[in-house]
Amino acid sequence: MIWGVVQFPGSCDERDALHACELANGEARLVWHEERDLGGVDAVVIPGGFSYGDYLRAGAIARFSPAMEAVAAFAAAGGPVLGICNGFQVLCEAGLLPGALLRNEELRFTCRQVELVAEGSTAELTPSAGGEPSSRLSIPAKHGEGRYYAPDAVLDGLEANGQVAYRYAEGHNFNGAARDIAGVTNEAGNVVGLMPHPEHAVDPLTGSTDGLRVFEAVAAAGARA
Amino acid sequence: MRARVLIRPKEGILDPQGKAVERALPALGFEGIGHVHVGRMVELEAEDPERLGELCEKLLANPLIEDYEIQTL
Amino acid sequence: MTVETAKHRELGLTDSEFELIVEKLGREPNDVELAMFSLLWSEHCAYKHSRKLLRRLPTEGERVVMGPGENAGAVDVGNGYAVAFKVESHNHPSAVEPFQGAATGVGGILRDVFALGARPIAILDSLRFGELDSVRSRHLLDGAVRGIGHYGNSIGVATVGGEIYFEEPYEHNCLVNAMCVGLAKTDDMVRAAAAGVGNAVVLMGASTGRDGIGGASVLASAELGEGDEAKRPTVQIGDPFEESKVLECCLELLGKGLLVSLQDLGAAGLTSSAGEMASAGGVGIDLDVARVPLREADMEPFEIMVSESQERMLAVVEPAKVREVLALCEKWQTGGAEIGVVTDTGRVRVLRDGEVVGDMPVEALVDGCPLYDLEPAEPEGWIYGNRATLSPDATAEEELLALLAAPSIASKRWAFEQYDSVVGSRTVRRPEAADAAVLQLPEAGNAVAVSIDGNGRRVACDPYEGTTEAVLECAQNLACVGAEPLGLTNCLNFGNPEKPATAWQLDRAVSGLADACNALGVPVVGGNVSLYNEGPDGPIYPTPVVGMVGELPDPARTAGSGFVAEGEAIGLIGPFAPTLAGSELAKQRGVLDVGLPSPDVAAVAAACAVVRDAVRAGRLASAHDISDGGLAVALAECAIAGGIGCEANIEHLRERGCQPEEALFGEGSGGFLVSGERAGLEQLGAVLIGTVGGEAIEIGAGDRSIAVPLADAERAWRSLPAQAERDGA
Repeated sequence: MIWGVVQFPGSCDERDALHACELANGEARLVWHEERDLGGVDAVVIPGGFSYGDYLRAGAIARFSPAMEAVAAFAAAGGPVLGICNGFQVLCEAGLLPGALLRNEELRFTCRQVELVAEGSTAELTPSAGGEPSSRLSIPAKHGEGRYYAPDAVLDGLEANGQVAYRYAEGHNFNGAARDIAGVTNEAGNVVGLMPHPEHAVDPLTGSTDGLRVFEAVAAAGARA
Repeated sequence: MRARVLIRPKEGILDPQGKAVERALPALGFEGIGHVHVGRMVELEAEDPERLGELCEKLLANPLIEDYEIQTL
Repeated sequence: MTVETAKHRELGLTDSEFELIVEKLGREPNDVELAMFSLLWSEHCAYKHSRKLLRRLPTEGERVVMGPGENAGAVDVGNGYAVAFKVESHNHPSAVEPFQGAATGVGGILRDVFALGARPIAILDSLRFGELDSVRSRHLLDGAVRGIGHYGNSIGVATVGGEIYFEEPYEHNCLVNAMCVGLAKTDDMVRAAAAGVGNAVVLMGASTGRDGIGGASVLASAELGEGDEAKRPTVQIGDPFEESKVLECCLELLGKGLLVSLQDLGAAGLTSSAGEMASAGGVGIDLDVARVPLREADMEPFEIMVSESQERMLAVVEPAKVREVLALCEKWQTGGAEIGVVTDTGRVRVLRDGEVVGDMPVEALVDGCPLYDLEPAEPEGWIYGNRATLSPDATAEEELLALLAAPSIASKRWAFEQYDSVVGSRTVRRPEAADAAVLQLPEAGNAVAVSIDGNGRRVACDPYEGTTEAVLECAQNLACVGAEPLGLTNCLNFGNPEKPATAWQLDRAVSGLADACNALGVPVVGGNVSLYNEGPDGPIYPTPVVGMVGELPDPARTAGSGFVAEGEAIGLIGPFAPTLAGSELAKQRGVLDVGLPSPDVAAVAAACAVVRDAVRAGRLASAHDISDGGLAVALAECAIAGGIGCEANIEHLRERGCQPEEALFGEGSGGFLVSGERAGLEQLGAVLIGTVGGEAIEIGAGDRSIAVPLADAERAWRSLPAQAERDGA
């Protein structure tokens, strides 16, 4: 299978994402933000970083790029999309995921290994898909604007629909995210975004390898699609 | 036409920047100041003022979490 | 002297320097020329008080790829790869505006590294402030840490290590030293020398504004006094987003072989870049300021030439390739403009729309500045203050907790969690996981370790021995992760060199640095000098900061500093001969004084080799260098990091002649605290001093014995956030 990792001016983690994609399955290539054609990829990753310097709002400018138009079309057709950190912010700004990411409650950028609970979700591209028992993933989080927010009514809907894909384990929510939400999926279940960085948890030398399971789940969806 | 757009966090959303500023004021000698909110200001020149609203809705503000106000200068 | 000619004094030039300029030009300089000379002949750019001393430093070695004089130094790490690195200061700007000062310090050192064609892979920073009971120091600490995080995180280079010290002499003159490490294929590295008469000079990156006009260089050549608020308009503002675009653009240009040479713009902007490129290449340069993209209209030629706007690079390009270069700048959404040409005149000429507004010989501008001899005189006794913060009746346990809670010793997690330490997927050892940062280099098939160290207080006790210790500390930290030193960079932070006491400190420190590097066989591949760090209360502690890069063959074979398993033996390796001179305990007791023992450099080097080889062979569970706070603090640090207590004794050190307090809290080079299998440690020649286990830190020391619950030790060690974020900060 072929992964497309979108690259904006200011993206930081795209190379690490490429590597993680290939460890999970198949080949991965960069998609420059000006490309209107994703080139027949099977899955898309919007990586972490500071696209456009996070100026105005994180992800606010990147979401208007030609590549994101192509990603929207890809998602509308059911293609699997994974947004990591800045990627999650871009997807929320683009309306491909519900909610928004606000500044951390403590107003500081924080880089820390956190534990996530992969919730049983109806979306097919998360590790606990199919309602299996939630499992814990140890993954680094590093961001200054990761506090997930949506109005209460929307949050209730996400919970009811099984759209909460990842939650911070107790004591691990350092940004004040609503209901400890670290990642969500869209209603159709083919787009997922999370604040922590699974691409930095794929090599035993540099930490845990739990991040691979995030990529493998998306790969499985990509292979099916 | 010159315009100034003021963007502020929606009522009810936690505004830690506003709170931090408010909390720091007494120690700096400012009493009796409350309800501080921190937002953003964008100034621009627009040839077509008709589209300003759309610009605000789509890019300058995120309507889910922010309110905006357009002032013509 | 008329009012007219006194202008040069306002710009920092002495009368005799001005006369020398007149002599070299054959006439009086005009405003443009005067501005350019005043910057390039400032202390910050010309190193006029330090250059003669720096000639003592050893700069050659078989692994050296780039030495001093290039944008950064570089060493060969095998398999066709080289690691570039350098440390630089941004002290005076940070004292004025800590967020932007620290941020632009990081931006500047990043540019020095990618100017060589090396992709930056790591940042480290060495910071010093006054004590944390000062609102000002808390403000500077907060701003500097946020600024480093802002720039490093945004541009996507991992900040993997550093150090932070708090001492009263830095209250009015904080120190912000930023180090960058980069990776390149050795054959692809590029030098700064301009070459090829007729080649185009291209300016890339951000547009030029009034940032820092008369900024860094002039600030750095004068002591900070009252009214430095007025210097705020000259503070440079950094834009890491712009830098990330310039970086990618430059690396792509170099990868495609489109550039003849590359130089970053830092202090003194276009003046120094153009001047240095021409000087290195033995050529001349013509620049037309009318072709420089400006952020502000109506800038005068001299302003354009001395502007310190950030995120700009200068390149020399063959005429036929200029269009392609500009097209790549366009792709990366960064500025690109052809602003000049390389000539054979040996002169730097500044034009405005073709009209010459400045014309100087390169040699006069870049190398013509007189170099001064220092007039050193050893001061009488301890010239810095003393402040007791510990009760004279404190028990050994209270002393241990007070040392662990000392901001200079306590965990810096509050700071390093504000930095992205994992981007790039190379970080094998994150901050505080081991004594040095370890970065894997899959391309080269091995790994590098990096450490940055210094202790101004101990250098104040004895500049020669204290600087020797700084070099040994770095080497010991590298040994703890199994790395062998390849090269060294240094930043010499001192007070006013025209004062005899400071001159003596500088002279002795450079000798100590040179002798230690020679003894260890580690070449100095680059560095930086920051002088005039002096306020109304006197000079800072003399603070040479040393950054060292070492290699290790297998990143999977590298130890951490924390104890690992209950029951393992704890051992001491090396010629550790601690005394209380210059120690954190002496500071807290208010009894600091001159004098430091002389380390046995050869014996320390031998111990480094033993530890290094043992780590590589996987024979040690943990390895930790004994430094601030001595053995008791080191034991506590290992216990806290591992989450397991220990039981140890100081008998061996008593036998070597140490008093109990010296054994517990004395400092000095040559001590390695290791843990592992008992038999293995014995084979290495380690002295067994204890066992890992339990939930307390127990050290047998006669009537100074210590038994502190691990939880209490950890609480003390993690108390920095409370101290840094007091109300009023």
